[in-house]
Amino acid sequence: MSLRVTALAGSALVQDRGRPGRTGLGVTPSGTFDRNAARQANLLVGNPEDAAVLEVVGSVTLHATHAAAVAVTGAPGPIDVDGVPRDTGQVLHLAEGAGLTLGPATIGVRRVVAVAGGLTPDPVLGSRATDVLSGLGPPPAAIGTLLPVGLTGDRTLTTRIETGVLGVGDLTVRIVLGPRDDWFTAAAIGTLLGTGWTVSPRSDRIGVRLDGPVLERAVTGELESEPVVRGSVQVTSAGLPVVLGPDHPVTGGYPVIGVVLDADTDLLAHAAPGRVVRFRRHPAP
Amino acid sequence: MRLRPSGDRAVLLDCDDAAEARAWFAALQEQTDATLGARTVLVRGVPAEIRRIIGGTTPGEVAGQARSEVVVPVTYDGPDLAEVARLTGLTPDQVVQAHTGTPWTVAFTGFAPGFAYLTGGDPRLQVPRRDTPRARVPVGAVALAGPYSGVYPRESPGGWQLLGRTDVPLWDLDRDPPALLLPGAQVRFEAVP
Repeated sequence: MSLRVTALAGSALVQDRGRPGRTGLGVTPSGTFDRNAARQANLLVGNPEDAAVLEVVGSVTLHATHAAAVAVTGAPGPIDVDGVPRDTGQVLHLAEGAGLTLGPATIGVRRVVAVAGGLTPDPVLGSRATDVLSGLGPPPAAIGTLLPVGLTGDRTLTTRIETGVLGVGDLTVRIVLGPRDDWFTAAAIGTLLGTGWTVSPRSDRIGVRLDGPVLERAVTGELESEPVVRGSVQVTSAGLPVVLGPDHPVTGGYPVIGVVLDADTDLLAHAAPGRVVRFRRHPAP
Repeated sequence: MRLRPSGDRAVLLDCDDAAEARAWFAALQEQTDATLGARTVLVRGVPAEIRRIIGGTTPGEVAGQARSEVVVPVTYDGPDLAEVARLTGLTPDQVVQAHTGTPWTVAFTGFAPGFAYLTGGDPRLQVPRRDTPRARVPVGAVALAGPYSGVYPRESPGGWQLLGRTDVPLWDLDRDPPALLLPGAQVRFEAVP
């Protein structure tokens, strides 16, 4: 059983919960950007919530080599099965040979496709996630790629789920200042929290790059490389913030002015170019 | 050492120097998900829980621990050997002697799987990065930048000064662990013709 990629304009990556706990090897956690969407899609098709899914940016068509139950979550956008329009957040039954087509997201960026049984390319270091920075995991899907699917148990399918509505307005995420907020002027902290930052088209799973006013340093000089996490807001030498995504490097040499709350980092999977991101201060835990 | 916030799923230990960071890392790596930086240790988890663990932990005695030594044979024919000699005021032979004469220590990892930042080598070998990074540095390239030496685990772009090359695989997924150089390990370079 497998899904064959028969059309693709954009990217389609296999993702799961990633490779936590391996930073000593220089390996970053990686994994699904919108973890909630992956959990929901897996729940719909009766998978364990961390089964491997397909994370799609753009449009894709998948043909089922055998009958399969699938579900699409994440960003809203067109879906059809053999030309018949369908919805996100519900189980779709594909007959053998049927084609599932996702058009580009209408709001947000990333769409998640789960299939009953989960995607089962060979794991690397305990995970099937594709880490775009280091190249670990299965190669990005291309037209013709056959995505193997695991065996389904006799788990019950959830028929429909409220996938949460992605608003069309600004994306507001909560941020804890530090560890290196003291490398910046008080004015820069005010600018960070008071600005509607514009998402740059150069954003990817490594980092969401933001355009806006320059954040002025109080401490000049270079920071010795230190470990970073998903959600760390690095300020580059140009003075602009980059919110690190799941494929961030293990360590970085730019000062981290603040870190987005872990739960809010999923929202940044939907930071489309031109979208406005705002930071709301959250007390340090 | 002082604790700094790093969001709601990690805490950063900001240490006075690299040795203190290594000592904390040695004490915490068994009981937590810890990552070593140049002068910091990041511990992932619930901050209140991490603070409690740190409160009950004494930094390890790194010097007293049995540390693994890795020997890396190098052919010193790199394209930047002459430039490193010029920058340091040494002859190319003296650069090789300096690079092989003092053992290095894995300070931290990052950049790419299997890439280790090595410190503690001969202090005369501090050189800046190249003005223009190379689009393609070959696998096994042995290099210098700032206070660090390192070996490229796979072909990648890179701005470090290239001294030579090694055939030793730095990263091998069929090996456990796949990375040859782990935090805290000692590394000795050996010149081969």
